[in-house]
Amino acid sequence: MSTSTITTQKVNFKVFRFNADEDYLPYYEDYSMDVTSEEVVLDILNRIKWDHDGSFSYRRSCRHGICGACAIKVNGRSTLACKESMSTMIEYFGNELTIEPLSTKRAVKDMIIDKADFWDKHESVNPYLVADIDEAPTCENLVSLHEAEELNEADLCIQCGACHYACPVTEVNEDFFGPAAFAAAYRFESDIRDSDTDRLKAVNEEKQGVWDCVKCYECAEVCPKEINPIEKITKLHQMSFTSGIAKSNVATRHAVGFKNSIEKHGVLDEGQLVLYSEGPGIVKHIPVALKMFKKGKIIMPWNMPKSDNLDEIQKLVKSSSTAKF
Amino acid sequence: MGKLKYALFTGCTAKQSTPEQMMSTMAVAKKLDIELIELTEASCCGASHLQDYDDFLSLVLNARNIAYAEKHELTMVTICNTCQLNTAMTKHRLDNNAELKAKVNEKLAEVGLEYKGTSLVTHFLYAIIDDFGLDKIKEMVVKPLNRFNIAPFYGCHNIRPSELQNESHKKKENPYNPTSLDDLIIACGGVNVDYEEKNKCCGFHVELQAPHTAAVLSGTAIAGATDQNADMMVTPCPLCHLKLDTQTKHSSEAIGREVSLPVLHMQQMIGLALGCTSEELGLKHHVTEVGFA
Ligand code: SF4
Ligand code: SF4
Ligand code: SF4
Ligand code: SF4
Ligand code: FES
Repeated sequence: MSTSTITTQKVNFKVFRFNADEDYLPYYEDYSMDVTSEEVVLDILNRIKWDHDGSFSYRRSCRHGICGACAIKVNGRSTLACKESMSTMIEYFGNELTIEPLSTKRAVKDMIIDKADFWDKHESVNPYLVADIDEAPTCENLVSLHEAEELNEADLCIQCGACHYACPVTEVNEDFFGPAAFAAAYRFESDIRDSDTDRLKAVNEEKQGVWDCVKCYECAEVCPKEINPIEKITKLHQMSFTSGIAKSNVATRHAVGFKNSIEKHGVLDEGQLVLYSEGPGIVKHIPVALKMFKKGKIIMPWNMPKSDNLDEIQKLVKSSSTAKF
Repeated sequence: MGKLKYALFTGCTAKQSTPEQMMSTMAVAKKLDIELIELTEASCCGASHLQDYDDFLSLVLNARNIAYAEKHELTMVTICNTCQLNTAMTKHRLDNNAELKAKVNEKLAEVGLEYKGTSLVTHFLYAIIDDFGLDKIKEMVVKPLNRFNIAPFYGCHNIRPSELQNESHKKKENPYNPTSLDDLIIACGGVNVDYEEKNKCCGFHVELQAPHTAAVLSGTAIAGATDQNADMMVTPCPLCHLKLDTQTKHSSEAIGREVSLPVLHMQQMIGLALGCTSEELGLKHHVTEVGFA
């Protein structure tokens, strides 16, 4: 006897349809179905194909959250179809659900997209181990548990693309590598056996690299494997400082500027941070700064607030700093 | 219910570029009879940028801030999404890693402090919803905002990562379909506007290093609210506020369309509904004029 009861409810689906070979524009098809609490999103895709329209196309292979083929969007949220339960989707969005490919502008046929940009970016971070291998080793190359933990499970990524097509920056800046490529870069950068020297430099380049991440946490939220790409991005930032490859630019100075400010005032000196980060580039901020000044939004240096017990903060900054620039 | 009392972590912005946020926080607390003990010893939380440079230092500094709230034996209330994220993240990491907590405490001991993990950390928005109650706000409204369509702008760092954020909420927030700010708008008598970008990012954190990306994101958000007939936006985050209120020229240029909407801090919206004056709420400190109050 089962303890949990299976419930059924009616759901209306709006499903994205498009065939790049025949259609001039995509359109949405409506389907209404009774959905049970046991089903996953992939079951719905199967039922559309089997019961309604045999031409409906989508990718899937393993049905076990391993191959990474089946990621699509439900109500705009990236989701791994074979893993995501329909009950969760109904709980999130109610009984009117829109099913779309990960990226509608890259659609080839229905749910199937051209993921070339994803793979190109993945490729750019040298997603493999670069190591001088002794071809006739006399014993195993042991990696300690502690060293293996440094990967922070980045190796579990299945390249499904859910995060990549949920990231707002990949939409706006086509050079941006995106969360999955960064997670892959981190996976090898954190591997004790790896000796690649180009990867960390590549992910630090302006425009394509980690410094353009807006820190929205969309990638962490959607990832079906809990890779937490933004956490890896943060670690790549830190690695660029510890390895000494961080160049002095507006992004790196912006990070370091916080420490300088905290050491001086405890609190952040907003004006000084912009000045230190931008250098001469500060001039482009003058028009907005003037408007803000008129509205009493800019504090003069002599009125800069300070934290109470500032000596404690200064002492801690001295004793607890672990990075250099 | 006894009088609500919290340790207030103001963050830096409320003391500098958004003075109106500090003013309205205090005005609303007074109206609601909530006592806020300001943590004047607190340092900056690092805003996720110090975290990119020196993770350990950021943990020590944030643990120190929380330790001061613990001294008062009070829940820490934040009024900035990013302060909330960084403080709550520090708390989460220390509470779940005894070794790390010991390392941090070794440093804090140098200045006679200890992080225990006894204070909760929550954003003022959720303190109001969870502890004060929207029903009570509704009863106290003297100037319902029913003439206005108000677009909630949640700001990433209050809703994602949801697992972390929901640790401190009594009522769970769904990051894909958040309701807290909508509920607050309704409690204040306003009409909540639904639009695509309400739970998206404003781009603030890359304003200096990736200005185009930042401006496209903020421009798209204002345009999204405008297209759903919003008269104004409201946000719980002063950083979102800065982006949406002061950068409309760049935002408009980036998306090729003139956009501009008055943006209220959530405290100002509550204040207006409860009958605070526009002086008390600092409305004159906005770059995009708030013409209606
Ligand atoms: S946190 Fe960064 S990488 Fe992740 S989705 Fe947001 S912008 Fe993209
Ligand atoms: S990080 Fe997660 S969401 Fe992104 S590609 Fe890998 S498994 Fe998919
Ligand atoms: S997030 Fe901003 S406002 Fe909050 S403490 Fe940090 S710098 Fe200050
Ligand atoms: S919406 Fe903008 S300012 Fe607000 S939390 Fe996100 S990035 Fe920060
Ligand atoms: S079918 Fe393989 S991950 Fe879903």
